[in-house]
Amino acid sequence: MAAHEGAAADGAAETTLKMTARDVRVFYGAFEALKGVSIDVTKEDVTAFIGPSGCGKSTFLRCLNRMNDTVAGARVEGRIELDGQDIHDPAMDVVQLRARVGMVFQKPNPFPKSIYENVAYGPRIHGLAAKKADMDVIVEKSLRRAGLWDEVKDRLSDSGTALSGGQQQRLCIARAIAVNPEVILMDEPASALDPIATAKIEELIDDLRGRYAIVIVTHNMQQAARVSQKTAFFHLGSLVEYGDTRQIFTNPRETRTKDYITGRYG
Amino acid sequence: MSLWAVLLAVLALGALGFWLGRRRALGFVAQAGSEVGAVHSRPHQHGVFVAILSLLPALAVIAAWAALAGGLVSREVLASLPEGAVGPSDLERSAFLAEVRGLVRGDYAAAFNAHAEAAAAVWKASATRYAMLFGSAALALGALGALWGWSRLTADFRARTRVERFVMLALVLASLVAILTTFGIVASLLFESFRFFQLVSPVEFLFGTQWSPQTAMRADQVGSSGAFGAVPLFWGTVFIGAIIAMLVAIPLGLMTAIYLTQYAAPGVRKVAKPVLEVLAGVPTVVYGFFAALTVAPAVRDFALSIGISNASSESALAAGLVMGVMIIPFVSSMADDALTAVPRSMRDGSLAMGATPSETIRKVLIPAALPGIVGGVLLAVSRAIGETMIVVMAAGLAARLTANPFDSVTTVTAQIVALLTGDQEFDSAKTLSAFALGLVLFLVTLALNVYALAVVKKYREAYD
Ligand SMILES: Nc1ncnc2c1ncn2[C@@H]1O[C@H](COP(=O)(O)OP(=O)(O)OP(=O)(O)O)[C@@H](O)[C@H]1O
Ligand SMILES: [Mg+2]
Repeated sequence: MAAHEGAAADGAAETTLKMTARDVRVFYGAFEALKGVSIDVTKEDVTAFIGPSGCGKSTFLRCLNRMNDTVAGARVEGRIELDGQDIHDPAMDVVQLRARVGMVFQKPNPFPKSIYENVAYGPRIHGLAAKKADMDVIVEKSLRRAGLWDEVKDRLSDSGTALSGGQQQRLCIARAIAVNPEVILMDEPASALDPIATAKIEELIDDLRGRYAIVIVTHNMQQAARVSQKTAFFHLGSLVEYGDTRQIFTNPRETRTKDYITGRYG
Repeated sequence: MSLWAVLLAVLALGALGFWLGRRRALGFVAQAGSEVGAVHSRPHQHGVFVAILSLLPALAVIAAWAALAGGLVSREVLASLPEGAVGPSDLERSAFLAEVRGLVRGDYAAAFNAHAEAAAAVWKASATRYAMLFGSAALALGALGALWGWSRLTADFRARTRVERFVMLALVLASLVAILTTFGIVASLLFESFRFFQLVSPVEFLFGTQWSPQTAMRADQVGSSGAFGAVPLFWGTVFIGAIIAMLVAIPLGLMTAIYLTQYAAPGVRKVAKPVLEVLAGVPTVVYGFFAALTVAPAVRDFALSIGISNASSESALAAGLVMGVMIIPFVSSMADDALTAVPRSMRDGSLAMGATPSETIRKVLIPAALPGIVGGVLLAVSRAIGETMIVVMAAGLAARLTANPFDSVTTVTAQIVALLTGDQEFDSAKTLSAFALGLVLFLVTLALNVYALAVVKKYREAYD
């Protein structure tokens, strides 16, 4: 596994490409927040985005499911593909794209509905369950995968907002996987949580790996090292270095990466 | 010595006090130096302190003068008259006094009452005497106050603290005016309603279905008692204000708010919101004649065209429709607030699940904003049922229990207006019933407002 040559070179035998981005630029008004980022997201791995605050990690993440469309004044350039299909192509419906590329936010944002309804929200919108029994199955499976089932199975009708922060975040993950996405984007999913809840989320990410391609933004170096197989280091709107997590953390090619990882700036 | 001249003199005295106090304090500063704390308060604060001590008692005396002098003078004039010069009734006395006042002012060339000329002389003398008395008292107190205040000034005199305390006191008094007025109104409502309920039982009033408040001019007339069952009025009020108007205002107001918060470009929003607020500022009488002259005939013609032959030119529908339009900006601005208070993350969460904007609004935003919207609607209802002009002009005065929107109905507010216009005996059941109606209206809107505000407040806290 030594032959990684930056962004495009990730074609090792056991991995398949899920998403590719080529020369992605994002403008907020006249401000260029991303200055041409190219990256490949593999299906089997957890990819971590790291970098100092304001370097454009969230901005890039939002490009992958076109959430930047909802930001007033934001403009995206460049090509992003999901399974070889351009996500900005008119043939690609944004509703379907977001069903295939799910997202978990930094701050847990369960809807003010019951736990059950939170999880059932996506499947209902996309018509994934014909009968109540089918929906029950989806809800239970999603909550189990998110490691929340045992904690909430007796109170599915309680409000999702009444859960603890860590539980809420796992509920949001359950909500995202309920529509059976192919990719899950997570923007600092554990930054609002205490260490124990964080450990649970990390465990969960590890469990979900392989089933979904996962992209996670994190400020926590140890977390990136623990959960990811690929790491991308962003700085000032550019992708500085992208490669195997082990290589990035033990033997970074760029001095900027090294300085950031060793805490010399950030 | 006229009141105005004294007032001017007192103000001048106050200004002089300010100047003297300030000058004295400037002297302290010259002595002690100008660093912070050398002299406790700033010179102008010393000045204001002296001015307050001078003005406060003087103005109090002038206020007493303005309030009391008329009565005192009249009493002296009446006492000076020989026995039997004017009749014993209040009416005759005040007519006589008015004549005397006219003579004094020079409005009349000659007196009608034989005693008026003499009385006018007494009036003049007495008024002059009281003016001298109050005027000199005001000036003396003003001067003494200034002197006393001035004598208390020292380098560490806490003029600032005292002036601040006085400012606070003045503000408290100002706000008390509004509060006490409210209490006064409520008390008078309660008192007059109590008198009404001595004539008509509360049970009949609240549950009776017959409303015909005609009391007879003469006691021996037939049907002199009148009927005071207010249920038809309550129904009319609810029918127009809480049903028809809300059927118009809730959907339109809500959709306006959704469009403005979720879809409208910032430019559109910037124009549309103030326009809506202008709509809220249109005087209700304008809506009233719009209802009476444009909408009501149209509603009647429509009713006739669909075969309702007895449609009247005043209808619940016309009043309700126009009132609904009037309430739209109110509902939309409350709903707007409620929707914008829903955190953006909620909306993003839904959109990121692949929900369309309209699904997001229906399934996440509106349920999340519901308490705020409900609170806003309740406030709107409370406004609608208290609204008067539109119903007076377009709903009619027929107290009728009907669910036919083309019929004319009447409301609590319209009846209150009808009961109190024209010549009234103040203690007839007819007049007093207006107070009872007002009391019911007041209690209902108060309850609605308190409840709605509690709902809205709790909802706001949920997202803070
Ligand atoms: N909605 C927006 N409008 C204007 N500028 C924005 C907007 N969102 C982000 N930016 C700017 O784009 C740049 C990248 O922001 P982004 O949120 O992607 O950073 P980030 O790497 O996620 O930072 P953090 O680690 O603090 O979350 C920043 O300079 C930010 O100020
Ligand atoms: Mg971010």
